Amino acid sequence: MSATTTRAVPGRAKDHQVSRALGRRRHRTNRVIKGLCIAATVIGVLLLASILATLVWRGAAGLSLSVFTHITRPPGSDGGLLNAIAGTLIQTAIGTAIGTPIGLMVGTYLAEYGRTSALANAVRFVSDVLLSAPSILIGLFIYQLAVQPFGGFSGIAGCLALAVIVIPIVVRTTEDMLQLISPALREAAVALGAPRWKVIVLICYRAAKDGIVTGILLAVARIAGETAPLLFTSLGNSSATGTLDTPMASLPVAIYQYAGSAFDDWVQLAWVGALLITVGVLLINIIARFAIRGRS
Amino acid sequence: MSQTVALPTASLTARKASIGDPLFAGLARGSGILVLLLLGSLILSLFIGGLPAFRRFGPGFLVSADWDPVREVFGAAVSVYGTVVTSVIALILAVPLAFGIAFYLTELAPDWLRRPVGTAIELLAAVPSIIYGMWGFFIIVPIMSQYIEPPLIDLFDGVPVLEDLFAGPPFGTGIFTAAIVLAVMIVPFIAATMRDVFETVPPVFKESAYGVGCTTWEVMRSIVLPYTRVSVVGGIMLGLGRALGETMAVTFVIGNSDHINASVFSSGNTIASIVALEFPESAAGSLKLSALLALGFILFVISFIVLAISRMLLRPKLKA
Repeated sequence: MSATTTRAVPGRAKDHQVSRALGRRRHRTNRVIKGLCIAATVIGVLLLASILATLVWRGAAGLSLSVFTHITRPPGSDGGLLNAIAGTLIQTAIGTAIGTPIGLMVGTYLAEYGRTSALANAVRFVSDVLLSAPSILIGLFIYQLAVQPFGGFSGIAGCLALAVIVIPIVVRTTEDMLQLISPALREAAVALGAPRWKVIVLICYRAAKDGIVTGILLAVARIAGETAPLLFTSLGNSSATGTLDTPMASLPVAIYQYAGSAFDDWVQLAWVGALLITVGVLLINIIARFAIRGRS
Repeated sequence: MSQTVALPTASLTARKASIGDPLFAGLARGSGILVLLLLGSLILSLFIGGLPAFRRFGPGFLVSADWDPVREVFGAAVSVYGTVVTSVIALILAVPLAFGIAFYLTELAPDWLRRPVGTAIELLAAVPSIIYGMWGFFIIVPIMSQYIEPPLIDLFDGVPVLEDLFAGPPFGTGIFTAAIVLAVMIVPFIAATMRDVFETVPPVFKESAYGVGCTTWEVMRSIVLPYTRVSVVGGIMLGLGRALGETMAVTFVIGNSDHINASVFSSGNTIASIVALEFPESAAGSLKLSALLALGFILFVISFIVLAISRMLLRPKLKA
């Protein structure tokens, strides 16, 4: 008995020492990694700040009334971006108008009708793939579908390409939001004798309204800044505005064409356009996020 | 649900409803089928468009590094190589950064800071890709050519293999710069996915680990990461899928050359960038246009596989 204690005393002290050293090492590792994580987050936030600062710094200098009142003109003649801004508004509006009802119905099908059936699972899978599919391929697809057969680039082809991008975004949020609604709400309506479609349209849509609107806003923000699908569909246009059967200008495409040009005033216009589109897109995003927040 | 709807009533409104119900259900189902048709026709249109090129060059199209519009000889190897290399380098750069951000947002950040920082990271994902292109071209490219590339080239000068990998001249544009811009673009996607899956870990698991004296990092490494391993890989694949098809940002900074060079500082192209650049110069019905559509088809197949894997890995955890 006494033998064990005499041997154990130095042992225990040593254990203590070892464990203290180990503990120090563990906590040091912890601190280092915590520091690295904070650094990573700071880098992430700084990147956003750098992009915004660059846009404001380069774009604000060229911001003037003529940007909004003049259409694009040859270099050196005080052109604006009126036709590009109008084109982006028109194409975004029509693209959203085409894509939203389809996406809404698909989301409704997934949440209310198909659920876990084989068809619904296939639709869900395909919609998720479309959500992240390269947008340039959607441009090529619409080129094959609506540009080549009709012999020319057109604003409406651009709208179609954007609509294809809208659909999966609206599907995702609509399905998620409809699934959040409690079954009791539906059952109460059904018990009153309401037909199913009325339950969905009058009860479920209304209950999920905020979430669905958020989805639509996010879709608008996404397509307003899309460039690649428009290169092969609406192409861009330096003069006419408003006609859907001819090539149509848009802000992102104008930015793309001007940013790579050799003329200083065109590059300046590209920065102004970039500032406008980014501020618009980020504002819509922030508004959409507040809508979600109000809900949850 | 379906039994409750078919209530036995004989009134006029009920009969009207019995038309409304199948109509609405049919419309919903039809829209679902439309989405399937959309993806089907997307694949088909790219394949049919690319068919003349596939016929002309056969399987050699995939491995040929020739891209010569004058002789009408086209091969996919340069673009496929550029697409894969830029995306993989972008992942290597983005994953640690995204992990750090997700770790910070779920475990370290004080409550009042989580929302603003999380929103800032999400806004980074919302910035249009053309803006990344301009930012990359006017901000990153000069930094690369002045401060990053020359020292790296000097540093590895004389070291076998690395010497070729980091060879000059330091133009600033090129594969490595494209990868950096891509990395910045996919960080928010990966970070947001990681944060969401980290939050699915039951608090009781983490609490018991803290209870036996684990540090925050030990909880992350031994509890959170093993629990979410599959979904984390899914999130990384989602980022890869985004990087593969990114067009505008890459087009601005990759330098656009039709040759494969061992150096990561050399110019190259990706499938998306060559399609965006050469499409306006291709006449309808030409072999070149067909080759571009064939490239689009290849890009679709690659990103489809990556996205399908990502979805299979992510879906169970985030939906449960």
